[in-house]
Amino acid sequence: MPQLSVMDKLEILSDAAKYDASCASSSTTKRDSLGGKGLGSTTGSGICHSYAPDGRCISLLKILLTNFCTYDCVFCINRSSSNVQRARFSVEEVVALTLNFYKRNYIEGLFLSSGIIRSPDYTMAELVRVAETLRVQHGFRGYIHLKLIPSASPDLVARAGLFADRVSVNIELPSEASLKSFAPEKQPRDISAAMGGLKLKIEESKAERAKTSKAPSFSPAGQSTQMIVGADGASDAAILDRSAQLYGSFGLKRVYYSAFSPIPDSSSQLPLAEPPLLREHRLYQADWLTRFYGFEVGEILDRHSGDMLDLAIDPKLAWALRHRDRFPLDVNSADRESLLRVPGLGPRSVKRILDMRRIKRLRLEDVGKLARSLTTLRNFIVTADWRPGATLDSDRLRQHLAPKPQQLALF
Amino acid sequence: MRVAQLAGEADFAGWREQARLLAGQGVPAAEVVWQVGGQAADLFAEAPASNGAVETRALRVPAAFPALAEQVICHSDPQRFSLLYRLLLRLQDEPQLLKVATDPDVHRADAMARSVRRDMHKMTAFVRFREVTDEDGGEAFIAWFEPEHFIVERVASFFVKRFAAMRWSILTPHRSLHWDGAQLHVLPGASQAQAPTEDAMEAYWRTYYANIFNPARLKVKAMKAEMPVKYWRNLPEASLIAPLIAGASRRAQEMVMTAPTHPPERHLRQAARSDTGQDEAREAQQRGEAPVASWAEAAAAARICTRCDLYCHATQTVFGEGPLSAPVMFVGEQPGDQEDLAGKPFVGPAGQLFDRAMAQAGLDRSRAYVTNAVKHFKFQLRGKRRIHQKPNAGEVKACRFWLGLERDFVKPQLVVALGATALHALTGHSGSLMSMRDRDLSLDDGTRLLATVHPSYLLRLPDPEAKQREMARFIADLDRVGEVVPALRLAA
Repeated sequence: MPQLSVMDKLEILSDAAKYDASCASSSTTKRDSLGGKGLGSTTGSGICHSYAPDGRCISLLKILLTNFCTYDCVFCINRSSSNVQRARFSVEEVVALTLNFYKRNYIEGLFLSSGIIRSPDYTMAELVRVAETLRVQHGFRGYIHLKLIPSASPDLVARAGLFADRVSVNIELPSEASLKSFAPEKQPRDISAAMGGLKLKIEESKAERAKTSKAPSFSPAGQSTQMIVGADGASDAAILDRSAQLYGSFGLKRVYYSAFSPIPDSSSQLPLAEPPLLREHRLYQADWLTRFYGFEVGEILDRHSGDMLDLAIDPKLAWALRHRDRFPLDVNSADRESLLRVPGLGPRSVKRILDMRRIKRLRLEDVGKLARSLTTLRNFIVTADWRPGATLDSDRLRQHLAPKPQQLALF
Repeated sequence: MRVAQLAGEADFAGWREQARLLAGQGVPAAEVVWQVGGQAADLFAEAPASNGAVETRALRVPAAFPALAEQVICHSDPQRFSLLYRLLLRLQDEPQLLKVATDPDVHRADAMARSVRRDMHKMTAFVRFREVTDEDGGEAFIAWFEPEHFIVERVASFFVKRFAAMRWSILTPHRSLHWDGAQLHVLPGASQAQAPTEDAMEAYWRTYYANIFNPARLKVKAMKAEMPVKYWRNLPEASLIAPLIAGASRRAQEMVMTAPTHPPERHLRQAARSDTGQDEAREAQQRGEAPVASWAEAAAAARICTRCDLYCHATQTVFGEGPLSAPVMFVGEQPGDQEDLAGKPFVGPAGQLFDRAMAQAGLDRSRAYVTNAVKHFKFQLRGKRRIHQKPNAGEVKACRFWLGLERDFVKPQLVVALGATALHALTGHSGSLMSMRDRDLSLDDGTRLLATVHPSYLLRLPDPEAKQREMARFIADLDRVGEVVPALRLAA
């Protein structure tokens, strides 16, 4: 095999990494390099340094150390049975790329993952070596996200969390049965056990740091995971139940949903189709409803809705249309919890409404300034000068509020 | 008409000084003209003299106003000075004004501040340095950037904190920043011609940008919303956007249409080497269809247990732990939250209480074998909390398989049931625990059995007095364990 240049490797190993949706660089400890030592800073909130035409944020240099892999996960571009071109970075090459990109302000830091070579521990040790070199040798203070190899030894996990701002394990698929058939080498028990161990370590380090700020921080930006949507037959209800359990059990910062996307040299076991982007979007909306709007999964999808989210309208509007008896709601008197359930109001606009109405009774025009848009909202609220009339009872309301089918904008 | 002269476009200190004087004298907003860029103070001819003039009234503003004004003053809208001045005047009579988000002036100021913050954030994101060699041969970095508002000085600290050890300049049409490694110099604006035109790393960055893009997920609108076109001209990656979009659907189609290939040689060799026999053997063992030869085999098979549905939501199987030569086996109900996460029994609050009670009873905890009647955590999710739920008879029955294997391999002289579930699992007794508590019991194979409460019962007692009394009683029960099996006592 001819020697690959760093440019060749970058091409192969960023292409191989793009199916991981996470690129967050937020909520870690605040650091800087004032005093002239080291390089970099973190501000607490992440920065997206660019956006690709797929609408995704580019915050980190997201690459694999290698795409050689002994596992044969059907959905993965890097599975051992695929004929994609293989490459492997040296630790030093990844370190140099990260520093060079960082100094030019292209990135917030590094998101490093890897195919599994030789053994889980060998692979994990290589990942840790990159993070350690950046931190110790180069005083790098930017963001580092390391992907954890589920069955890696506790020592390596502890070291990974010491150098990284975030460590994560991918759950990959919503059910154990699909994981077994699509990722035969991955043990579902290893994955959840790794997440459980991370939660304990993160909490322990937080408790220590509450006592003394000198205590080492372990994965201060928490842990996240990713689930692939549309590769197996799992319903939205199954996916959201699984997420609720992951948030509840492991205190995850985020569950990322990744619409299964066709990959080069795909396996015949998988749907050869466009990725279900709208479905992915609806899942994110539903996820948000459970985390910031006080909804339970069982409310978003109940026995009237079936176990799939409505693709035509967002899940909050769908819920409101199933519960029309709760509306219209008077924005001048309703409590916060009820206001959060009004289609067209978010936590921010609700807060502004609550602040404002201490000072004056709100008119529709006022609400228009506090919320993003009145189009949907006006059908569900009462203000000092507005009542929606009979539209709320109309069968055609759903049709009226559903966005018209649109062609993708040409560039 | 009064003219108020400001030193620069975002001269907040100057604006404040002038506004204080004017407002102090009660000059209405409509009578003030704000001008930027006088060279000398004598241009202030029509402005109120800054000394000597007596303020006719003290000005009061809420704490939020200076913070808002500092942002709004950076906006490119020439109306910003008079808008802020009008707000200052109105605040004297309407102290709550800033909370009235629907007021046209407040609404506009909020929107301007938001736009400034966004521009500042985008500057931290979209500045692109290019490397140059400075006079003494060291590396230095220069960027050309065109912000929408007059934000450069406000953003400077971000770059100083991040790139303190580097030498860099950010050139913009209005102001330039120069960091020499120790100090920041703010100089007048520059032109793009003064910035370098290339950097060798940009080819790598563009390669990364092109390859991290997934052509099967084109979302141009989402990209443009977050990376507005006005910033594109200074982004080295932006020229790739059009060709990437143009080729996207063809590339996505190709991926869909291409027939699957045959796996490479390496994969086939590897598959031939791999051995799935062990997995299958464990699977048969956990179903009870193959013999289990040792404790280690039992623990390994239990890891993949699906004998009841509890495995679906629990994190992992929590098997028993302790020396296989342990003279006493303690059996609890089921792992709790902490045990479930750690994969170890008796490590949570109840386990810690158990450890303390053992020490107080003079027993050697490290020589005991501890396990649970049910090996998976059963819980109900309430928001982000997992509420413990009692296992049902079916779950206890399914799990008795493992408890039986543990008893076979550990062969304790004495088994201690902690709580009703454990007693039920061990004996089938489903009545009250209390009736069995002080009795000498035995298991079907003759092994001696004692029953006492589960330590979590002690944790749940709300009354401190009752708690103390019950704790003493629990320790007394453990003391009986020591009487029955003196070998478990700590060496004096």
